[in-house]
Amino acid sequence: MTTTTSTVPYRRPGLRRLRVLGQGPLFTVSVAVLVALVLVAALAPVLAPYDPEALDLSSSLVGTSADHLLGTDQSGRDVLSRLLYGARTGLLGPLLVVAVSTLLGTLIGVVAAWRGGWADTVLSRSMDMVFAIPGLLLAILLVTVVGSGMTAPVIAMAVAYTPYVGRLVRGIARQEKARPYIEAYRVQGWSGWTVCLRHLLPNIAPTVFAQSAMNFGYALMDLAALSFLGFGVQPPTADWGAMINEGQSAVQQGAMLPALAPSACIVLAVVAFGIVGEGLADRIAKRER
Amino acid sequence: MTRYLVGRLLGLVAVLFVTSLVVFGAIHLAPGDPVTFLLHGRPATPEAVAALRTQYHLDDPLAVQYAKWLGGVLTGDFGTSAQFHQDVADLIASRLPGTALLVGYAALLVALIGVGSGILAALRPGPLDRTVLIGTGVATATPSFVTAIALVSLFSVQLGWFPGPGGTPVGLSQQLYHLTLPAFALALTFAGLLARVTRSAMLDELGREHVEVARARGVAGRTVVRRHVLRNALGPVVTVGGTMLAGLLISTSIVETAFDVPGLGSLLVSSVTAQDFSVVQAITLLSVAAFVLVNLLVDLLAPLIDPRLSLHGEGSS
Amino acid sequence: MKEHSGTDRHSGTTPVLEIDGLDVRLPEGRAGRPILDGVSLRVGAGESVGLVGESGSGKSVACRSVLGLLPGGARTTGEVRVAGRDVLSMNRTELAALRARRVSMVFQDPRASVNPLRRVGDFLTEGLRAVGTPPAVATARALELLEAVGIRDPKGALRRRPHEFSGGMLQRVVIAAALASEPELIVADEPTTALDVTTQAEIIRILTRLRAERGTGMLFVTHDLELAAAVCDRVYVMYAGRIVETRGTDELFDRPRHPYTAGLLGCTPSIEPGAPAPRPIPGRPVSLAETPPGCAFAARCAHAVPRCSQEKPVLARHGDGLAACHRADEGIML
Repeated sequence: MTTTTSTVPYRRPGLRRLRVLGQGPLFTVSVAVLVALVLVAALAPVLAPYDPEALDLSSSLVGTSADHLLGTDQSGRDVLSRLLYGARTGLLGPLLVVAVSTLLGTLIGVVAAWRGGWADTVLSRSMDMVFAIPGLLLAILLVTVVGSGMTAPVIAMAVAYTPYVGRLVRGIARQEKARPYIEAYRVQGWSGWTVCLRHLLPNIAPTVFAQSAMNFGYALMDLAALSFLGFGVQPPTADWGAMINEGQSAVQQGAMLPALAPSACIVLAVVAFGIVGEGLADRIAKRER
Repeated sequence: MTRYLVGRLLGLVAVLFVTSLVVFGAIHLAPGDPVTFLLHGRPATPEAVAALRTQYHLDDPLAVQYAKWLGGVLTGDFGTSAQFHQDVADLIASRLPGTALLVGYAALLVALIGVGSGILAALRPGPLDRTVLIGTGVATATPSFVTAIALVSLFSVQLGWFPGPGGTPVGLSQQLYHLTLPAFALALTFAGLLARVTRSAMLDELGREHVEVARARGVAGRTVVRRHVLRNALGPVVTVGGTMLAGLLISTSIVETAFDVPGLGSLLVSSVTAQDFSVVQAITLLSVAAFVLVNLLVDLLAPLIDPRLSLHGEGSS
Repeated sequence: MKEHSGTDRHSGTTPVLEIDGLDVRLPEGRAGRPILDGVSLRVGAGESVGLVGESGSGKSVACRSVLGLLPGGARTTGEVRVAGRDVLSMNRTELAALRARRVSMVFQDPRASVNPLRRVGDFLTEGLRAVGTPPAVATARALELLEAVGIRDPKGALRRRPHEFSGGMLQRVVIAAALASEPELIVADEPTTALDVTTQAEIIRILTRLRAERGTGMLFVTHDLELAAAVCDRVYVMYAGRIVETRGTDELFDRPRHPYTAGLLGCTPSIEPGAPAPRPIPGRPVSLAETPPGCAFAARCAHAVPRCSQEKPVLARHGDGLAACHRADEGIML
């Protein structure tokens, strides 16, 4: 029985949703931003006009000029060069976090969904446990014992992000497992692992990928925060979070660029990852409809 | 309901137990002898070493060490701070008010800005809605330390309206004045997120038939929005808002550091740098406890907001 | 309530509802044809009138227009008069008063019609309180009506929440709420479609009884011609935004003049011995995007002649009622 006409609301705003940001030119621009970021990170040594770590105390906090497009920081290092090199640590950390958490989370989620029963209970409860401990705290605890540097924050964040992926994968894998085609393969005598690898995984991969794009942005924010606190990437290595930390005092003296330029880079990258992730999720949702 | 409550409390205890294991065990993760780690470069005089071995019960078997430590924690004995040579519990108590004030201030801002702009966006489609969407998109992508830098450079350095980092304000009004920029820096990301949640919850409710029915019965537009749309959208808003309170608690360490606010967060950060392990242990444990408690409270609140939930015997999934 | 407006002086003679040449169009590009195209219908005081059509025929838009509820961005021409006053030209306050006092609506799905988070008593009295009735008076009225629709323990019911009621019981509550303001007209939009078959009959019985007792006019919207016949004195049949036939229930059943009406009757299954097997109407309803130049039903009509797809038939008197068909006089056999 069709009821479509008998409920013509005089206003149906529910259809508009958050979609506005995930479509059209914004999506394309965001993809371009991400591609540019990767290129910059890869080509930093070629693109950077100066050595990002070369101190020149005589030209401390020089404003924008032809020599230094974005000026210099307190130690006289070229801000633009540091920004370009900063893209490397800025992307590498989140990449590791997302790679590890996606692999681990997918494994846990698929096993929990596929095996069900006690395996599901144990895995789900364990994920709840990790979920209850905020990633930032875990990182801080680990930094205290292991010491500052990329290692502790990346490990802690990878652990903290795993349950996000795991819960998502478990949910969609359970839905997928309930579909008739999986049963059909089982009936034909295919082994569980084969069906998982050849049919289940490819079907859930796009959703996981979309989530990973969003996680990438969040991980970038979290790792930058840890670098800002002085726990992540250590000076003099160029890193956006660390640059903001170092540029704080310059802001008080009226020199905004050393801190604001890396700030803008972080926001730009996170927004781009968010839009791409949301857009991908949207596209998948549309295709499944 | 009772069964649900007991189940939830058991879960909470389990989380705290595991956290305590992690927090306690972390010391043994450190490369080398725990004492060397705990000394953190201070001279290893026999007295100092002996004192540390006693404080952390290092001469006992691991299980006994844990039991003694946990016993201390449960009675409020978190040990002594190596950095400040002060009882950790006292140290935390002295720093707590500053953090509480900052988090409270920020929570208020999150609620006002987030819910307010979310409602506005849902009720005024068009340019205003789009502006809010883009604004919240940027806000949710801006980490608090970036907001901090931007706020300081604009309102403190350029305009001079608010004080920059540091300073020791006296009296509540001065304190609030000093905490305004930190509170905004802390609040912005969360406010953006809450605005989006509010907006989509409102739009969901606006499209419901009972809202049209209320209009069809001659109930005034404002009343319909208040009694049927806002009231029904409250569920997701409170749930997300509650988890944000926990998030605010965690993010204070960043904002307090950026603004030199003497609170628990900046204490945690300086303790990590100084490897003042007992302080880190205590704050981590208390933060996780606060985190899970807030989440439990939010879940218990859910059936009060949506009475349909109490029937099933469980709050939310 | 009668002292509220002067138009009531004629309430004996003025129909409670008169729709006159109503056109409703969506903004350019969102639909090819009008949702409603010259719809005219009337409901006399205390009369029960059916509006029947398939989904997409525009019957829901038509009945919502009575309350001034129109699709977003729609442009209208024509008049919708309730007790002599045009609804389409009313301002916000007048509309609120109309909805709160004169016309009540009963929707299809009681689960969706009642705010799930508020108490049933709140729902029942909300309309009354909106026009300033003291809460105590509104509550007394609600109790009385709950009793009338057959809800046991009305006092307790006031304090309960919608999810504690079955669909049928909740629809009784909705009917009680609709009657609370003592309206002159009830608009019922498929009030039983979402219910179990067993409760449908009870809801219809309650609705017709209470309506008759109170002398309330009713516009009963349904896709079910049989149901309309059981409830209504007169029936309007709609197709693709136009009224194609209207007449008294008995004559409509005995001698439909429009092939669409005949088709609707023909596709109702019957358990009478020797009754012909139900015959579905071939084809599908006209979508909003299509703009057939002639009779919208021509493409599905077994009796269509070339003229039908070129020239729109107008509503004209045939027998005791009206029909819009070029061949209405020829006496189509079912």
